[in-house]
Amino acid sequence: MNGAIKSARYSAQAWRIGLQVLLAVIVGGLIYGAFINAADNLERAHIASGFGFWNNSAGFDISQTLIPYSANTSTFGQAFWVGLLNTLLVAALGVVLATILGFAIGIARLSRNWLVARLAGFYVELIRNIPLLLQLLFWYNAVLKALPELRGSIVLPTGGFLNNRGLFLPRPVFAPGFAAVGAALLVGIAAAIVLHIWARRRRERTGAPTPVGWWIAVLIVGLPLAALTLAGFPVAFELPQMSRFNVIGGLEILPEFAALLLALSIYTAAFIAEVVRAGILAVPSGQTEAAQALGLRSGTTLRLIVVPQAMRAIVPPLTNQYLNLTKNSSLAVAIGYPDLVQVFAGSVLNITGQAVEVIAITMAVYLTISLVTSLLMNLYGRMTAIAER
Amino acid sequence: MAAMADTPVLYVRTAPAEQLPPPIASTGFIGWLRANMFSSAGNTILTLAFAALIFWAVPPLVRFLFIDAVWSGPNREVCLASPAHPEPGACWAFVRVWLSYFIYGFYPIAERWRVDVFFAALALGIGWLGWLSAPRRDLGALYFFVILPVLSFILLYGFPALGLAAVPTNLWGGVLVTIVVATVGIVASLPIGILLALGRRSELPAVRWFAIGFIEFVRGVPLITVLFMASVMLPLFVPQQLEPDKLLRALIGVAMFASAYMAEVVRGGLAAVPRGQYEAARALALTYWRMMGLVVLPQALRVTLPNIVNIFIALFKDTTLVFVVGIFDFLRAIEAARGDPRWATPVTATTGYAFAALFYFIFCYGMARYARSVEVRLSRSDRR
Repeated sequence: MNGAIKSARYSAQAWRIGLQVLLAVIVGGLIYGAFINAADNLERAHIASGFGFWNNSAGFDISQTLIPYSANTSTFGQAFWVGLLNTLLVAALGVVLATILGFAIGIARLSRNWLVARLAGFYVELIRNIPLLLQLLFWYNAVLKALPELRGSIVLPTGGFLNNRGLFLPRPVFAPGFAAVGAALLVGIAAAIVLHIWARRRRERTGAPTPVGWWIAVLIVGLPLAALTLAGFPVAFELPQMSRFNVIGGLEILPEFAALLLALSIYTAAFIAEVVRAGILAVPSGQTEAAQALGLRSGTTLRLIVVPQAMRAIVPPLTNQYLNLTKNSSLAVAIGYPDLVQVFAGSVLNITGQAVEVIAITMAVYLTISLVTSLLMNLYGRMTAIAER
Repeated sequence: MAAMADTPVLYVRTAPAEQLPPPIASTGFIGWLRANMFSSAGNTILTLAFAALIFWAVPPLVRFLFIDAVWSGPNREVCLASPAHPEPGACWAFVRVWLSYFIYGFYPIAERWRVDVFFAALALGIGWLGWLSAPRRDLGALYFFVILPVLSFILLYGFPALGLAAVPTNLWGGVLVTIVVATVGIVASLPIGILLALGRRSELPAVRWFAIGFIEFVRGVPLITVLFMASVMLPLFVPQQLEPDKLLRALIGVAMFASAYMAEVVRGGLAAVPRGQYEAARALALTYWRMMGLVVLPQALRVTLPNIVNIFIALFKDTTLVFVVGIFDFLRAIEAARGDPRWATPVTATTGYAFAALFYFIFCYGMARYARSVEVRLSRSDRR
């Protein structure tokens, strides 16, 4: 009997090890086969391998560059950084806009005003059920590209032009004295953080309410304003000028960038609105009732009771939406905004032909962003977890 | 008490007061309006502002889509501004002319009945599986996951032995490709996703790490890069003579992508099955696969059905991305038709996009409503 159990246990053990070895052999075999075939195919097509191309001259132009770049002197490596920065730029701005819009709509869906709630619901259903790429093409081809041509440009009251080549705004030119303003802003933010921490500690220690909201506003807004005045407004605006064939100078916002930013913000806002709504609904109504029973006012209830608990349910899926937005920014390739995928997995791949290396680098970038974000999310989750008794 | 007796009685009601109806302002439509739209000054301002927004946005939209729209005509002339028609609306004539291209792409006209049969067969399968109290849903699953793929392949790709001429995939297009990509994605991702989800919960470290690695890798990168990988890297990884078809490459990319998301949804369903179910199955001496197949998975899949539908909705919208690797799906067909010089008008793009939006909205919204109704039904049956 004992022997039978033992042999059964051994056979189960053998089965487990065998299954894992089998999996390893299959995966390893596939990778090995792919490697052999790739080497063979690449050699036949006379395509180099390795990352040597990184320092070769790029030789193609990019329409929007945040760092110095030129087709003749820059390398593929610099093109990579240009693309990555463009992706991060559109993702960062998109996250800010989508958050503002999403929170507004999510709260509006819970409004007691029937019309407001219905309109917000309509927005969410409409936007969520239409593919992002379709919305992107609509904004780009049917709205921005349908704007007047250069000669019929819409002249903006602040100085600037809007036409089918983009939005041309006055560009701020900072004089050297502007550094003081930046420094004042940093000092103001730092002081505001210190003040906030001090106020919270004091409230927790003594129980006395310590309202510092106004002081924080003064520190963050007032300090830089004061510095700006003292330094004698060291900032000038360079106005865009209309020439025969072009608009010269000023700050140029490409229609590709504007379309991508619009589509990403509007689309993601619909999903964020649902996250916010679910998060607020997840706070039991007993919490609000208990707060009212303790005599808290409705604003205080919201600030101290509802929002902190709702945020615990909102932040993880919200971060997921931010990641989705970042990944979706790769749709830029469909309208030709020079993001990482368009520049690197598009132009660089076509010129070098080194598909494996280029795609691997591109994927590695997105993977890094995803993994770092989920790491931060886990930390946040651990910090805000309810302390169980 | 004594003092009270001295006080003269001023008023005594001798008959019950007549019952009055509630104030008109608190019942009926007016009451509802007051409670829901004009309960306070701030609310009134909000209501008026949003009502103004509706009156500003809706009439021009209706005028563009219906009243000023052009419903039929041979070419772009009918959709251009003219003295008789100063503000041209949507050019539906353009959609009518191109409609069969939007549905079938370049699929040979004589063979298009095969696509129609495919659509009907697919609708039968979806109806069978989607209707929760349909008879013999086990047969339905067999039909959907085994018979339908084979039948569709024979129908669409052709099978010369049966007299069905081969139609190469570069002729496929439009709604046909959109539906093929979405359906193949879901049909392939369900079994792979279940295996990955089981792998992720497995006790065997090699299996678990492989599943985690695959799932997190695919979920961490954009679909476009997966499609690029499938379309430019896959041909490198196989011997030259085996180079897969372009559509097949995109399908492999989509199936990989959908499987990773499906795995996470199924994992959620597995976690929702109470531990006691696993333990009871073990106590009955069921093996791992019988425990999963007979006890755990049926319960897990039942609770995840709404989420599976949601994945299908996401996948249906994401099929538009195959555009980027040069496959003619519905949206790509609209883009191509939009560039037709015979129909070049200022309203062509907007009309095409409006038509596409309507198509996607009807499908996705319909599926979302279905998922919601299943959810309601499940929560009702769980409440005992």
